[in-house]
Amino acid sequence: MKLDSRIPSGPIEQAWDQSRFDMKLVNPANKRKFNVIVVGSGLAGGSAAASLGELGYNVKCFCFQDSPRRAHSIAAQGGINAAKNYQNDGDSIYRLFYDTVKGGDFRAREYNVYRLAQNSVNIIDQCVSQGVPFAREYGGALANRSFGGAQVSRTFYARGQTGQQLLLGAYQALEAQVAAGSVAMYTRTEMLDLVVIDGKARGIVTRNLVTGQIESHAADAVILATGGYGNVFYLSTNAKGSNCTAIWRAHKRGAAFANPCFTQIHPTCIPVSGDYQSKLTLMSESLRNDGRIWVPKQLGDKRAPGQIPEGERDYYLERRYPSFGNLVPRDVASRASKAVCDEGRGVGETGLGVYLDFADSINRLGRNAIEERYGNLFEMYNRITGEDPYTSPMRIYPAIHYTMGGLWVDYQLMSTIPGMFVLGEANFSDHGANRLGASALMQGLSDGYFVIPATLGNYLASNKLDKVDTSAPEFAATTAEVHESVRKLLSIKGKRTVSSYHRELGKIIWDYCGMARNAEGLTTAINRVQALRHEFWNNVNVPGSGEDLNQQLEIAGRVADFLELGELMCRDALNRNESCGGHFREEYQTEEGEAMRDDENFQYAAAWEYTGQDTEPLLHKEALEFKYVHPAQRSYK
Amino acid sequence: MNLTLHVWRQANAAAPGRMVRYDARDVSEDMSFLEMLDVVNEKLIGEGKEPIAFEHDCREGICGSCGFMINGAAHGPQKGTTICQLHMRYFKDGEELYLEPWRATAFPVLKDLVVDRGAFDRIIAAGGFVSVRTGSAPDGNAIPVPKEAADTAMDAAACIGCGACVAACPNAAAALFTGAKISHLGMLPQGQAERSRRALRMVEQLTLEQFGSCTNIGECEAACPKQIPIEMIARMNRDHLKAAWQFRGAGKSGGGE
Repeated sequence: MKLDSRIPSGPIEQAWDQSRFDMKLVNPANKRKFNVIVVGSGLAGGSAAASLGELGYNVKCFCFQDSPRRAHSIAAQGGINAAKNYQNDGDSIYRLFYDTVKGGDFRAREYNVYRLAQNSVNIIDQCVSQGVPFAREYGGALANRSFGGAQVSRTFYARGQTGQQLLLGAYQALEAQVAAGSVAMYTRTEMLDLVVIDGKARGIVTRNLVTGQIESHAADAVILATGGYGNVFYLSTNAKGSNCTAIWRAHKRGAAFANPCFTQIHPTCIPVSGDYQSKLTLMSESLRNDGRIWVPKQLGDKRAPGQIPEGERDYYLERRYPSFGNLVPRDVASRASKAVCDEGRGVGETGLGVYLDFADSINRLGRNAIEERYGNLFEMYNRITGEDPYTSPMRIYPAIHYTMGGLWVDYQLMSTIPGMFVLGEANFSDHGANRLGASALMQGLSDGYFVIPATLGNYLASNKLDKVDTSAPEFAATTAEVHESVRKLLSIKGKRTVSSYHRELGKIIWDYCGMARNAEGLTTAINRVQALRHEFWNNVNVPGSGEDLNQQLEIAGRVADFLELGELMCRDALNRNESCGGHFREEYQTEEGEAMRDDENFQYAAAWEYTGQDTEPLLHKEALEFKYVHPAQRSYK
Repeated sequence: MNLTLHVWRQANAAAPGRMVRYDARDVSEDMSFLEMLDVVNEKLIGEGKEPIAFEHDCREGICGSCGFMINGAAHGPQKGTTICQLHMRYFKDGEELYLEPWRATAFPVLKDLVVDRGAFDRIIAAGGFVSVRTGSAPDGNAIPVPKEAADTAMDAAACIGCGACVAACPNAAAALFTGAKISHLGMLPQGQAERSRRALRMVEQLTLEQFGSCTNIGECEAACPKQIPIEMIARMNRDHLKAAWQFRGAGKSGGGE
C-alpha cells in the first residue's frame, strides 16, 4: 500500500483553485452515464448526493434510518464556523485555518484545512439560500457567537438546533433531486460490504432492513459518508444507530484507517446516572459562552451548590487558562474536568461531575436573554435530570462525542481504494488530533457541497472504467460472504445479549483508551478486547431470523465490527508515544499536566492496513508538513 | 417501581397484530421510557422471546425516529416531549400502560411499534425546498431577514417529522407537518419564488398519500413534541388558496414547468 496524498504544491491560498483548474471534467451530457453510490445521508452524504444529482450524475443514496432526515448530523446543536468576519473582529480565512491547525494540535494537513476555511464562507451563503433560518440581528443581518479555541465570533447558529436546520436544508435539496429523478433514495438499507473489482471500488452489498433481502448495487464510484465510530464506547453522544460498519468493512477490503485513536471527549455532557443508561446527552459548547465552570475548592464538599460561597469555589478553567477561560478547546476542558474529579472534588452523587453555572449571566443579562440563547437546551436538561438550570447550576461531565480518526483519504478525498471516496466524519482529514467546536458541520458540508463535485469528476474523467454490473463474479462472491456472516450471527444462539457485549467493550475502551491512556493499560485493553471478541462469536444470542425486520441482528453486525475497531484504536494509541489533542498518554505530559507532543517522531498520520482477523495490522506513515503554521506547544493560558 | 405494559405486537405489515402483556419490574425513575423498554427487551431475549421492535436513534428528541402511543397519547403524557426524552419519574408505581403504533392509513405498520413514514419524505419531495444550485448563492447577508421572520420561520422549521400530529389527529391529517414546512419557507425571502407552487404541490401530495383532511381540531398542536402551533396550518391554507386562484385553469401542480 502506498500513500499518495496528492497535496498540491504552490501557495496554499491558490491551491484549491489551481487544483480545480487542473482537474479533468466530465461533460454535461456524459454525467448521466455514470452511476454513483452515496452511503449515508447526513450533512456530508446528503449534500453530496444532492449536488451530484443536480450535476446530472445517476445517484443512488443509502441510509439505514427510515428517512435521510434522521441522520445524526441532525443532533448537532451549537453552530457552524465560517470566516465571514461579519463581526469586524479580525477574522479571516487565514485565521480560521490557523485556529483549526492549532486546535488540531498540528496533526492535520495544512492544505486540507485551508480549503475547509475557504469553503466555509460559501457554505453559509448556500445554506441561507436554501432557507436555513439562522439567527438574525434586529437589522436583519446574520448573528454570530463564539466557540472554544477561537477569540473571534464566527459561529453561525439556528438556536440550539443548527445541525437540524443545516441537515434539513441538505435533505430538502436531496428530496428535490429525488423528485427530479436524478437520485434514487434507499432508506432502511444498510451497507454490509464493498465490492472491489480490478482494484477499484465498483459497488456495494446491502441488506434491506425490512425484508432482510441481501442486494447488490454496481457503480462507477462509491462515496462513504457514514459518520464516526464514537459508539465503540457504547455510551456516547452519538445516536444509537451510529456505527462503523461501512467504513470498517471497506477497511477490510483495502482502505487504510488513519489515526483511529484520535477521539474527542466533549467536556459538557449530562453525567451518567445508572447502569441501564443507553446514551449520553450533550449540552452544547455554546453554553460555555455564558456559563462558568467550577467545583468546590474543598475535597468532598457535599453542600448544595447555592450553599458554597464564592470564595470557596474553584473556577478552574478561568484560573488555569486566563486568556481563553471557559472557552478553551474541548480536549483541554475535558482533561481539566477529569483532573478535578480525580482529586475528589467532583460533584453530584457519583462524584463524576462539575458545575456549569449561569447565575452570573442571568444576573447580568436577565433570564430572558439566556432563555432566548439556550432555552431548548435548558429544557432538555430539565427533562432528563428533573433539575432547573435557571435556579441551580447544571452538572456536566465529559463524554465521547466525535472521532477525528477515520478512513485515510488524499487531498481529493479518495481512499486507498481507487474509486472509493470518504466524506465528513467518516474520513480523517481535517481536524488532526482535536476538532474545534462548530467545525464538524463545516467539514461535512464542505466535503459534500464543494469538494466531491470537483474531485469525483476528475476521477471519472481520468480513468477508463469498464462497464460493470451486478452479474460480475465479484458481486456473487461478496454477497455470499455477507450471507455467511449474517447466518453465522444468527446461528450462535448463545447466552449473552448483543448489548451486554457492547457495554463491556465500551467500558474497556473508556477505561483504557479514553481521556487518559498509558502503555500498560492499552496492552491490557488489546488482550481484553480480543478475548471479548472471541467470546462474542461463540456466545452471543441474536434472536429471530434474517428474513425480516430484526433490530438485534442489525446491532449484532455493528457490535462485531466495533469489537475489531476497538482493538485497532488501542494499537494506534499504543503506537503513538506522545500526547496530542484528544490523545493523552500519561507518560508524555508537561510538568503542568499539558499534552506533550513529539514532533520529531510523530508528526505523521498513522494509516493502518488490514492484514486479517488475527494478524497485526501494518502501519504506514504520511509525514505532515507545516509550511504556514509553525508547530508550537498549544497555549491557551 | 413496577409497571404493566400492554404492547401491540405485529410480525409484519401483512400479519394481524394483537396486544401482549409484559411486566416491567424495578424500573428506576431516572430511566427514559425507551431505556425501560430496553430492559424489558433484554429480559425477553434472555427468555428466548422476540424483543419488541420500536424505532429510535438519537434519543435526545431531535431525530424524530421515535414515537408511539402511550395510553392513547402520542409520545405519552408529558407535553412537548418525545418518548426518548420522557422519563419514568412521570409515572407511578403499578400503572398500566398501553403502547400502540401510530395509526394512519398513510403510515402502515411494519412491525410492532414501527411504522412506515415514507409519505413525509414524498411530501417534502413534492415541493418542500428552495431550488438553489450548489455554489450559486449570493452572500449570506445580501438579503436582510427581519429577526421576527427568522424567528417564526425557525419555530416552524423545528418540526422533527416524527408523525405524532398524524397519529393524534382523528382524521389522520398531516396538515401540521405540511403547514410547518410551507410556513418555514414562506416566511423567508428565499422561499418566495416557489411559494405558490410549493403550496399547491405539497397539498396535492397530501391527498395522494391518503392523509385525511384537516378540520381544525387542534389535537396535532397538543401532541407535537416541538409545540408547533396550528397557525402554521392557517398559513398553509392561505398560501394554498392564493395559489389555487393564481394558477386557476393552469392544470395540476401549478403548471408552468
